[in-house]
Amino acid sequence: MTWPHPFDLLPVLLQGARVTLEVTLMAASVALVMSFVVGLARMAPLRPVRFVATVYVEILRGTSALVQLFYLFFILPGFGIRLDPMTTAVIGLGLNLSAYGSEIVRAAVRHVDHGQWEASVALSMSPALALRRVILPQALLAMMPPFGNLLIELLKATSLVSLITLTDLTFAGSTMVASTGRAAQVWGLVLLIYLIMALPLGWLVRRLEARLSVYRLPVKT
Amino acid sequence: MQFDPHFALEILPALLRGAIITIEATFGGMALALVGGLILAMGRMSRAPVVPTLCLGYIQFMRNTPLLVQLYFVFYVLPLFGLTFNALATGIVGLGLNYSAYIAEVYRAGIDGVPAGQWEAAIALDMSPRHTWSRIVLPQAVPPMIPVLGNYLIGMFKDTPLLATITIPEMFGAAEQIAGVTYRYNEPYTLIGLIFLAMSYPASLAVRHFEAKTGTQRSRST
Repeated sequence: MTWPHPFDLLPVLLQGARVTLEVTLMAASVALVMSFVVGLARMAPLRPVRFVATVYVEILRGTSALVQLFYLFFILPGFGIRLDPMTTAVIGLGLNLSAYGSEIVRAAVRHVDHGQWEASVALSMSPALALRRVILPQALLAMMPPFGNLLIELLKATSLVSLITLTDLTFAGSTMVASTGRAAQVWGLVLLIYLIMALPLGWLVRRLEARLSVYRLPVKT
Repeated sequence: MQFDPHFALEILPALLRGAIITIEATFGGMALALVGGLILAMGRMSRAPVVPTLCLGYIQFMRNTPLLVQLYFVFYVLPLFGLTFNALATGIVGLGLNYSAYIAEVYRAGIDGVPAGQWEAAIALDMSPRHTWSRIVLPQAVPPMIPVLGNYLIGMFKDTPLLATITIPEMFGAAEQIAGVTYRYNEPYTLIGLIFLAMSYPASLAVRHFEAKTGTQRSRST
């Protein structure tokens, strides 16, 4: 099957888009787990744990995601740790985004009314049990919309992996420009494909936000 | 691969020269974004027929596509329309176009944050629109914007490595070049990581300090 003129570029670009979605989903899983680990560690009763978690967040937020990816890609092999581009991309982006995600976890847990903690203590729950059964279920609701926004940020950030030779949508665009020279059409289509992937996510986040505000408990200020 | 402090010291001047271009690009891009954001924010509040929709479309487009691809677009496509700048100017335009979409929302949120009663009171006191803006609305709307704008400035600073991909020899580009010539990756990339941290961490502390000091009562939604 042959496509009419600008759309003959689509098959190659869509293959790239598939890799983009794969990286997004896998990095999102890493980011989600690490967000909870680090976010809760920042509220841990032990000072050294809090300190390590804070340093983690400040380093990852204070340097550039691209620099972090290059660091993993070029420097770790020097220390004998060799990762393929896909693993580098998933770990690099996942860890980078988790620094922002941990702040979401922290803010949401703080957001839960203090009386909920006190009630848990009064019911003689252990702190771990209170966190799991009382606090987190309420905090999770508040986390959903900001995590959705973070997912859109991640989707856009995956374009960086093209620079560590992963054949994502942006990489596919570069190769198509190199082989066809049709820069305007290629980059226009690439932008459109990203837009088509990101817009439904944004729409979902707004729906979720509207929905959850119904259940939101009155906030004590 | 050992970290060689002598080599690190040797390449430091080249990296710092790159850092100057990084800073130029950041402030240039921010200046453009502050103006562009204002135009977009006014466009969104305008009562003209198509203008608000167009501005919203622009904002959504910029916020939902990757900056890297936008930069490629600006770099490869504008020359086809006869618009040629040097690489740094192209990069500044790209950053500015992207961030103006975010900053427009900052302005709008700041202005929306001023309670409606303040507008009504200004009307009740028979103030002119110019006076209402300069004496009532802006003095209340601007302070909460400043920490947010500060965060975007830091964000833009951290996005400047992308400019290396469109041939701008900023700090990351300088590191890449050193790594390409010497095959030593550890020193250049570690150093620029440290330089980034050394600049953005104090800046983010300053933003937080300002936020705490002004006690901005922003809405909690993120």
